[in-house]
Amino acid sequence: MSKVGWSALAWFVAIVFFFPVLWMALEGLKTEVQAASIPPTILFMPTLSAIQEVLSRDFPPYLINSATATLGSTLLVLVLGLPAAYALSIRPVKRTRDVLFFFISTRFLPFAASLVPLYILARNLHLLDNIMALVIIYTTINLPLGIWLLRSFMLELPHELVEAARVDGANMRHELTRIVIPLITPGIAATSLICLIFSWNEFFYAVNFTSSIAATSPIFLVGFISGRGLFYAKLAAAATLASLPVLIGRWIAQKQLIRGLTMGAVK
Amino acid sequence: MARVTVQPSTTAALGSGGARVRSSAAARRWDGWLRRLPLLPALVYVILITQLPFVLTIVYSLQKWNLLYPVPPRFIGLQNYLDILNDPSIRIAIWNTIVLTISAVTISVALGVGIAVLLNREIFGKGILRTLMIGPFLVMPTAAALMWKDTLLNPLTGFVNYILTPIGLGSFDFINRFPMASIVGIEVWRWTPFMMLIVLAGLQSQNQEVLEAAEVDGARAVQMFRYITLPFIRPFIELGALLGSLFIVQSFDTIFMTTQGGPGEATTNLPFKLYLEAFQAFDIGRASAIGVLAVILTMIVATFALRTLFTIFQVETRR
Repeated sequence: MSKVGWSALAWFVAIVFFFPVLWMALEGLKTEVQAASIPPTILFMPTLSAIQEVLSRDFPPYLINSATATLGSTLLVLVLGLPAAYALSIRPVKRTRDVLFFFISTRFLPFAASLVPLYILARNLHLLDNIMALVIIYTTINLPLGIWLLRSFMLELPHELVEAARVDGANMRHELTRIVIPLITPGIAATSLICLIFSWNEFFYAVNFTSSIAATSPIFLVGFISGRGLFYAKLAAAATLASLPVLIGRWIAQKQLIRGLTMGAVK
Repeated sequence: MARVTVQPSTTAALGSGGARVRSSAAARRWDGWLRRLPLLPALVYVILITQLPFVLTIVYSLQKWNLLYPVPPRFIGLQNYLDILNDPSIRIAIWNTIVLTISAVTISVALGVGIAVLLNREIFGKGILRTLMIGPFLVMPTAAALMWKDTLLNPLTGFVNYILTPIGLGSFDFINRFPMASIVGIEVWRWTPFMMLIVLAGLQSQNQEVLEAAEVDGARAVQMFRYITLPFIRPFIELGALLGSLFIVQSFDTIFMTTQGGPGEATTNLPFKLYLEAFQAFDIGRASAIGVLAVILTMIVATFALRTLFTIFQVETRR
């Protein structure tokens, strides 16, 4: 088959996979009547009414909660993870490999393992329906991956730079804050992006640990599950808005994203 | 890739902040602790929030404790485990978990490999195609699940139904008639791009010279794929399959948003069953036992995953 033939097939497959995403965006630009039409409306004049409705009424508090949990946990991951990655790469501790494996293994532990005690603990500490509970949990979820990624970025630094600083008498703290961190800023950005994405989309802990005050964006969508009446356009608008941060993040850092998703194992 | 290592004695000699030269052994010990220091906060944090609760889960699983009754928890040994292992709904949940995971992973790996091979060829617009293909994986899972349920597979207004009208499947209610297949379908849609990315990276890291040499020697495309490419990308396929399994075995979002485990228990998997036990029945003891069960299942998969990662990890450090 010729290049054109293979290209056509590839484009067909890609479009089939991408279509639901496109459909989601398009449905959000229709009126409710159009969104629920039988048969589906293909050609239409886009309108922002569904988006406006979703934003003006209920959605923003959920978005704010998502932002808080996401940014808060990502910050914490950096604060805890940068020193840890440093201790596993530039000035490695003796059992680096074991420690790394330990961290990764926690990622593999299903949430089922710690859900119940954490819930009890959160209940006793009055942290239920408090966004801090999610910040703490998301940090735990993202820390292993964050450390793995930050470490791989640190490993790529030319060690002459670090040694030069060391000879100049920089102590460990200075080495980390004045030299290593500024040099791996793109790596920090990429790692933050990955953490942001995983936290933003997280649903299981969000749905069980929050109810009204601290509910995040995915929870907003739960309200649409047994919806009655015309709501498809609003649902699509909310779904698109909820997915937007991740899609934009991907735009910014595609390569690092793939690296992070495959845990840096594939270069 | 330069691996940075500094001999401990050198560091001690330079002194982290001081110029005193201690005895070699003491200096090494001090250096060892100094190196561990930055690691400790993260390590302690993770142990506190992942390991400790897991120990507690095991403890809870040995108790009779229901939040709805004002009775304090009571130690009952392995009774919870006996109960759930005899409970048919638990067996259904385990079976559903296995079916869902194996189907979704197998199909998405197969599709992923195929599409990766396709995208690795000389075709127009590779970059855009890859961007399009990642779409399903980046959309919020809960959002995507709802879109599938209400606007794509909806028997009245769904787009998929619309397309299938010419062949008479126009008003076919996929989600209610084939709930498990629908869930598998949605998960496959979501995870195939992930598999494709990993395999594509593997394909692109092949040594082109080897392939060209084979071509010169007269090997046909199918032979090259079977004897050169496939063995090379096997670790990547394994990595994708194992990582994917670890995530899909914990599938919750899609089930919650589309079928809520139903109809009946047709799509209730272990995580969802855990959710039902813990947050609807509020039976802490039973839910914890289910949690331990889920962990054991995952450990089995994880052992293989860690071994594969170990192989890739070794290759990485050797470079």
